[in-house]
Amino acid sequence: MTTTATRPATPPRALSASRTTATAARVLRQLTHDPRTIALLILIPCVMLFLLRYVFDGSSRTFDGIGASLLGIFPLITMFLVTSIATLRERTSGTLERLLAMPLGKGDLIAGYALAFGTLAIIQSALATGLAVWFLDLDVTGSPWLLLLVALLDALLGTALGLFVSAFAASEFQAVQFMPAVIFPQLLLCGLFTPRDTMHPALEAVSDVLPMSYAVDGMNEVLRHTDMTATFVRDALIVAGCALLVLMLGAATLRRRTA
Amino acid sequence: MMNNAPGSPRPGPAPIPGQSPDPDTPAVHAENLTVVRGPRTVLRNLGFTVPRGQITGLLGPSGCGKSTLMRALVGTQAKVTGTLDVLGRPAGHPTLRTRIGYVTQAPSVYDDLTVRQNLDYFAAILDPGRPAADRRDADVTRAIADVDLTTHADALAGNLSGGQRNRVSLAVALLGSPELLVLDEPTVGLDPVLRRDLWNLFHDIATGRGATLLVSSHVMDEAERCHRLLLMRDGELLADDTPDVLRTRTGATTVEEAFLRLVDEAKAAARTKETTR
Repeated sequence: MTTTATRPATPPRALSASRTTATAARVLRQLTHDPRTIALLILIPCVMLFLLRYVFDGSSRTFDGIGASLLGIFPLITMFLVTSIATLRERTSGTLERLLAMPLGKGDLIAGYALAFGTLAIIQSALATGLAVWFLDLDVTGSPWLLLLVALLDALLGTALGLFVSAFAASEFQAVQFMPAVIFPQLLLCGLFTPRDTMHPALEAVSDVLPMSYAVDGMNEVLRHTDMTATFVRDALIVAGCALLVLMLGAATLRRRTA
Repeated sequence: MMNNAPGSPRPGPAPIPGQSPDPDTPAVHAENLTVVRGPRTVLRNLGFTVPRGQITGLLGPSGCGKSTLMRALVGTQAKVTGTLDVLGRPAGHPTLRTRIGYVTQAPSVYDDLTVRQNLDYFAAILDPGRPAADRRDADVTRAIADVDLTTHADALAGNLSGGQRNRVSLAVALLGSPELLVLDEPTVGLDPVLRRDLWNLFHDIATGRGATLLVSSHVMDEAERCHRLLLMRDGELLADDTPDVLRTRTGATTVEEAFLRLVDEAKAAARTKETTR
């Protein structure tokens, strides 16, 4: 019999850097065995932007507005979907129960997922932004880096929302239905279709508390101003704050003991 | 060479193989253990002790509460009342998470990772950090060899057969040489040769590595391979003894027969209780 290392009896902490990165690496490694998902994640936003550009072939002003908003909305939607399904699978396959019986902090798991999908979101957003700005002539007054920053925050928000709703879904069918339930109302109210101040006052008030409104607002700030405006900073902070809040709510839905 | 629990109060001489490393506290001690799931009381006032360094079989028909008891032991079951101490700590205590290996009934591994990648990840959770990388590698290689999957180490878990995936799940539980292994039906769906090999491994782990095993099964012939047995039915404990004593006490030739007689006795007792009421 070989001599083996005994498990160290260090009490687990809420957040450990090495366990978080191990989790992120594992999630990304799972994806590398699924190249089709990666291809879809990266290509769909580009194809949609390409399509949009020629749908509004005659009015490039319209493309500027909608294109910039969509750069913020795509990462939110795709990360929402990917995360809700991935964490649901973790819950139903028993791996979540196994991990929580091990010295893994809930924060490690959530931060690991956020880190992995955040990385993916950076690649996705960088490609989509690059395509829009350099090849589809999206006319951005501000820095494309700021567009990328908002896109990344949106992706984090999507990851957070996906993680959170997966707790309320018992099957993949239900998880997918949460997409229209959680995302569509925000899509309608975020100012993509019509400026928010022209909506019915009640709807405008609702849109004021939905995080996607600030994501789109932030994108439009970059579109119109050369500098980082105070409104942009406010928008970015609100989106980041919402993402953090929902991530913490998501952590609360992970229970070590279940019935 | 064996796993004396780190931080264990007993400095003494190296434990003799097969003997518990910490004889003062039993591996598991339960008193008035009750678990409620929804409207049902799944476990009713259980009281038993599992000695260290042995294989204890948890047997009973499906649905009798074996899995719930195991989940209570590893600290993933809600609504547990009564006393339940594991390795000298209350069940679910954070420091126990590195000292217990747990295998659920369904293989809980990532289908879209290879066998080795699965184990690498769980090893990194148990023993994190870059300095431990070499130790983890050796541990992972050993665990894969233990369950006889070395030739499949680079296959995706999802492409393996059901029995093979079960063994990947078992390998995860063997990582880091835990003091207590809680195995929920680890031999379901395995052919006779593999079943024999796994039981040999279990005995090896108990006697050679001094660990305690709690193995559930609803196949009674596996009971003969255990040092001790807990027989369960409908959330209650029918017997807690060695196979030999059980057979002698009930005058049966096999544990299966002994179990059936105990069930009949329990039923008869319940009937008389009802009629005298």
